[in-house]
Amino acid sequence: MSIKAYALYKKDLNSELRTKYAANSLAMFIIVAISVILFSIGSEKITQSLTGGLFWVVIFFSAMSGLSRAFVAEEERGTSLTLHLIASPSTVFSGKLLFNVILVFCMNTIIAVIFSILFEAFIIRNFALFAVSFVLGNIGLAVASTIIAAIISKAGAKGTLYPVLSFPILLPLILTCVQLTLLSNQGADFAGAKFELAIVFCYDVIMLTGSYMLFDFVWKD
Amino acid sequence: MVWKIFLFVLLSFVSIAGVAFPIVPVPHAWYEFPLIPGLNENAKIIFFHVPTAWLSVVAFLMSTIYSIRYLRKKDLDDDAKSYAAAQLGIIFCILATVTGAVWARFAWGSFWSWDPRQTSIFALLLIYGAWFALRSSIESEEKRAALSAVYAIIAFLTVPFFIFIMPRIMSGLHPGSADDTNSGPVINFKMNANMQLIFFLSLIGFTILYFWMWSLGYRSIILRDKINKQSIKE
Repeated sequence: MSIKAYALYKKDLNSELRTKYAANSLAMFIIVAISVILFSIGSEKITQSLTGGLFWVVIFFSAMSGLSRAFVAEEERGTSLTLHLIASPSTVFSGKLLFNVILVFCMNTIIAVIFSILFEAFIIRNFALFAVSFVLGNIGLAVASTIIAAIISKAGAKGTLYPVLSFPILLPLILTCVQLTLLSNQGADFAGAKFELAIVFCYDVIMLTGSYMLFDFVWKD
Repeated sequence: MVWKIFLFVLLSFVSIAGVAFPIVPVPHAWYEFPLIPGLNENAKIIFFHVPTAWLSVVAFLMSTIYSIRYLRKKDLDDDAKSYAAAQLGIIFCILATVTGAVWARFAWGSFWSWDPRQTSIFALLLIYGAWFALRSSIESEEKRAALSAVYAIIAFLTVPFFIFIMPRIMSGLHPGSADDTNSGPVINFKMNANMQLIFFLSLIGFTILYFWMWSLGYRSIILRDKINKQSIKE
């Protein structure tokens, strides 16, 4: 199963490297979003709590513009029936999830680097805490957006529906991650952030289990 | 018929008692409520606000349970029951938001202040809205039922975070928050016996009302679908 899932991931990666669809649109989206923020700030100083929030705003909307591709592309190209033939639902989900996790990690690392260059207030004082919350947050983001992408790929009005359906599901994750980013910017230690880390960890586990259990019903018509 | 009259009497009594019974510092008579420091006259909202908030969560729970049943048995009646529950849920959710905001205007000074409880009820509203948007975007009945069932279950997985975890670890102004010293836990210690009695009567009355509305709602949805199918055949 894991070999097949890896093969599916390789397939997605190859088609992505050939067209560079997600990479190009995501890169442009990140640049546009951050420049809008820069224009609206002007010469004002922004506070630490605001940069943490803006960081996750950019991440959320970038994810919404890029992550639905995994399943929507299969429906558009009409290749989902082939996937039905060659692999079980959980294998398909693992392959797509792996691709989205890698995509989210690349995207968010770039956003974090750009933020730390551009914004003076965005200084990571406790790097270990930031890294742990970053990894847990990215996994949660990738899992929730992958299962929602699977749902909207079967529905009409795909583009507008995706952020609408994802936002309430991602809200607990984003609120907690904003808090964690603020804490790591302030240089808090792990003991001060254990509640928030526990919430994000629970969210990841619950979403991962739920998605694997429910994906069968979405995938089989 | 008897229980409809009983429900009418019960809800009338609760409404009159909740609005008209006086709040006094030291209650003696059976109709007097105790004074809760920090809440004062505003405390009376508990008879109407808490049942609506409770029902918006109960409706969501029932919607999820019937979604799970639909995925197990593929019976479209279960989808109709889930849909009817969610329709009522969004009504009670809006009522809870509005009554809460009005109460907050007098207790905290502003209609909306992003208290953890307000954030969670706002998220619940968003979930209901997204759920109806998803349903309206799918044509085929079976597909709509299956996808909206999956979304309802996934959305329900986030509810514990909003309702039980976040308001308790984040600091907030709502009675029952983590750092609430003067007015929480309201139900156990600050209310006297007759206030508790009216509160639970109100909760029971509103819950019966909800189940009555729900059974009317899902039966009318099932009948409407049946009539639509018959008219297509003819």
